[in-house]
Amino acid sequence: MIVAKRKPFDEIMDLTKDYKKILLVGCGTCVAVCLAGGEKEVAVLAAELEMGRRLQDNPVELGSTTLERQCDREYLAQLDKTAGDYDALVSMACGVGIQFLAERFPNKPVFPAVDTCGLAVNQDVGWYEERCRSCGRCVLGITGGICPVTMCAKGLYNGPCGGTNKGSCEISADQPCAWNAIYDRLKAQGRLDCILAFSPPQEWKDTTPRTLLQPGYKKPEKAKA
Amino acid sequence: MRLNYPPNVKIILVPCTGKVDVIHMLQAIQKGADGVYCVGCLEGSCHYNEGNLRCRERVNHVRELLQEIGLESDRVRMYNLSSGEGPTFAAYATEMTEHIRKLGPNPLKKKPKGN
Ligand code: SF4
Ligand code: SF4
Repeated sequence: MIVAKRKPFDEIMDLTKDYKKILLVGCGTCVAVCLAGGEKEVAVLAAELEMGRRLQDNPVELGSTTLERQCDREYLAQLDKTAGDYDALVSMACGVGIQFLAERFPNKPVFPAVDTCGLAVNQDVGWYEERCRSCGRCVLGITGGICPVTMCAKGLYNGPCGGTNKGSCEISADQPCAWNAIYDRLKAQGRLDCILAFSPPQEWKDTTPRTLLQPGYKKPEKAKA
Repeated sequence: MRLNYPPNVKIILVPCTGKVDVIHMLQAIQKGADGVYCVGCLEGSCHYNEGNLRCRERVNHVRELLQEIGLESDRVRMYNLSSGEGPTFAAYATEMTEHIRKLGPNPLKKKPKGN
């Protein structure tokens, strides 16, 4: 899932200090599961902001709501009638949700209350570890199911580099070398030939936002619009 | 056992301190409580194994949040005792009351709210 962490309180206070009536908008999906921006975290932020502003003699009127998802229009539409009552919106969704909210209400200042931190696994309640950087060209099939883009400090598609050091990465003894782990796993599976497969360079430069259109879901009737 | 403890302490019963959430403590302060303390079982003897340890984490988190907001973090504390220790309960209530008296009233009480 997408994980995020709550922004420092001071930063949120500073971003929103000039607004007197603010709607806090949580998201009930990924950021709720990772305990950063769901209903509960909205309530905590509301209490913090209300108290913080009162202490600074700059009281604020707050509304709170948590949408099922902020990356889906049908849920954002639930705010169409109420958003106009507020001077600003604060979103606790991931960066995608925040932008979609801002796009829906282009006349309202929209502020992020979380920092989106990537795609992660759930190791335990409140403990998440990044595993994928959504590179768009997955090589897990030849890397023993270990992502070199995320787990290797240099994001090498063809590794290891010359710095690999008895299982550790050259950046630190505490950081496992991803390509060493890939080697170990492929070796255990009897698939070491995979490590010799050459992955062509990824076109990181000149990237534009990617659009995903699933086959079978195209709408030919809209092609001309 | 008839023991006296300060009458200003309002007790909220929970099945285990593991039930106490960050928002409960924050909202108590937000509504004007001068202090909040959680009294859990001794560490290592929670009937649900980790309830009191979780409460301690949450108390610590609330203390950080209060500091960020601009309030004294020491308005919120965690105490531990075994369920047979009535006198210790009364002693903690007295200690907390005296401690909060030194800090003075919750500054939020004097501050007007936004509508
Ligand atoms: S190679 Fe790594 S970053 Fe790319 S899609 Fe696969 S897991 Fe994600
Ligand atoms: S030592 Fe291993 S993990 Fe570190 S940069 Fe080189 S290949 Fe990547």
